[in-house]
Amino acid sequence: MSYEDWFRQDRLPHIYCAGCGNGTIINCTLAAVDEMGWKKEETIFVSGIGCSSRAPGYILTDSLHTTHGRALAFATGVKMANPDLHVVVFTGDGDLAAIGGNHFIHACRRNIDLTVVCMNNQIYGMTGGQGSPTTPKGCLSSTTPYGCTEIPFDLCELATAAGANYVSRWTSYHVKELEKAVKVGLETPGFSFIEALVQCPTAFGRRNKFRQVTDHVEYLKVHSLLKAKRDRMLEAGEKIPEDMYVVGELTKRSRPAMGVKP
Amino acid sequence: MTSRLEFWQGNTACAEGALAAGCNFFGGYPITPSTEVAEHMAAKLPKKGGVFIQMEDEIASMASIIGASWTGARAMTATSGPGFSLMMENIGFAAMTETPCVVVNVQRGGPSTGQPTMSAQGDMMQVRFGSHGDYAIIALCPASVQEMYELTAKAFNLADKYRVPVFLMADETVGHMREKILVPDKVERVDRKPLAADALPFKADADLIPGFGQFGTGHHVHVTGLTHDERGYPATTNPKLHADLVKRLVDKIENARYDMADYDIINPDAHKVFVAYGGPVRTVQQVMHDRKDKDIGFLRIRTVWPFPEKALAAFKNAQAFFVPELNLGQMAREIERHVKVPVVSIPKLGGELHTPAELIAALEAKR
Repeated sequence: MSYEDWFRQDRLPHIYCAGCGNGTIINCTLAAVDEMGWKKEETIFVSGIGCSSRAPGYILTDSLHTTHGRALAFATGVKMANPDLHVVVFTGDGDLAAIGGNHFIHACRRNIDLTVVCMNNQIYGMTGGQGSPTTPKGCLSSTTPYGCTEIPFDLCELATAAGANYVSRWTSYHVKELEKAVKVGLETPGFSFIEALVQCPTAFGRRNKFRQVTDHVEYLKVHSLLKAKRDRMLEAGEKIPEDMYVVGELTKRSRPAMGVKP
Repeated sequence: MTSRLEFWQGNTACAEGALAAGCNFFGGYPITPSTEVAEHMAAKLPKKGGVFIQMEDEIASMASIIGASWTGARAMTATSGPGFSLMMENIGFAAMTETPCVVVNVQRGGPSTGQPTMSAQGDMMQVRFGSHGDYAIIALCPASVQEMYELTAKAFNLADKYRVPVFLMADETVGHMREKILVPDKVERVDRKPLAADALPFKADADLIPGFGQFGTGHHVHVTGLTHDERGYPATTNPKLHADLVKRLVDKIENARYDMADYDIINPDAHKVFVAYGGPVRTVQQVMHDRKDKDIGFLRIRTVWPFPEKALAAFKNAQAFFVPELNLGQMAREIERHVKVPVVSIPKLGGELHTPAELIAALEAKR
């Protein structure tokens, strides 16, 4: 079987815009799931609301497309009621960090055995480009027409502080690294959080001077700072530039977890 | 069938009724006056191999029981007014996705934080219409500790049979009263109709109910709160499909109202008739006991939604219906829609049951 067999062919065409980064993230996730050798009937995809959350609808397993921000609470019910099932959650920055922020920190605290893949496009894409809790300072959106003045969340630091067993961040440029990170997340008992920064040409890129999709992907690549390099810079007393995203495996530990298959 | 005698609190009886019905998942959040249900489940469920989880809020509680239900669990939560308000969006999700689950609301005085420790029936319209859009649900109202047990067990059967959230609309009076209860050795169990191997997961049978494609059994069901076709796939801009889906969700409950209707008709030839559900039933019973007057009738309703309107017609000589409620007349207006004679609402706010004297005064004021 190849990972393409995991898609519902009768759901095509999908709703994602040309140049959207979400498809890349879904591919990486399914490739990792496929490498795990999991069966379709024992794997459940859960999501909330937003572009990211449409992903489970295209995957040929049981899937639960729920209410805005609540995917982790639904997934908690699925996993606790039947720990034999593998539960993967797709979410986005608005879904997870704004309306779902409370569920996010509590799912991390419980360290429940879920793998969460967050497609962070730093914008509300589905509703047409409003600012989100991860919109960088100064960026334009339809609700930050003079530039975003709020400080964005660092989702990975949040997950680490709240208790997740595994946390990593990559971008839609780093497909091999991302696939591997998702696989480690799937293997790790407890809460695994993988943040994937993605380009959103329609809602974010066009307002923020990314005239081509590739310009945005290039930006993500250039502004990625490997964790190992960040650590060396810190050791050397160098300042970490504010516009860099630290990528790599940020947290890996084995705190007691909930809902692990007996 | 044998049974044993106990002296229990209403909320304990509710939890025990759920356990007897095979409830194996409870997701909840503490709130007065329902907390004892969660506490009892926390103590008992793990010993029976079930799952108790205290969620971060009532939004998450409702979400967790829906998730659990799709794995085949008999799932339940318990709350009161403020928590019930928080559950509304996911209750609509359960209705739209036809997810069986049981929600207990031990009602207290509202609006807002209101009277946490006092009794009310102020959520009777919210339970029917509280989530957005058109849908239908089932709501049961217990009036005794015995009924807290029996109607909770029944709620699971109705939820599974009709694939709908079912509500036990108790009130603080019944939830916290302690009285004698006969606990049966076992309760009847009606399970979900399973999805046939080649059937579409949201294609209804003649009873308007589709088979249940339990997660983990190879059906590859996509469950979404979006308007969906019979495959479960989103189809949000097809006007006819949306209208047909919503109509079916409502009709599967409304058309079955007399299959599930549960009420008692006392003195059907009477001219003056009380109609009551939940706590106020007890006051009416006291009046009936004291007066022993065949000219006072009593319609005692346990299935409040869908409302069994035909039961009113059983009182052919009725000149007026008297409706004592711990609200400003929520069900009295529903009853008014179905009868041609006057309906006298006897509202009571403040958190206490009506006294028998108050009911008699209302009866005698209407000459």
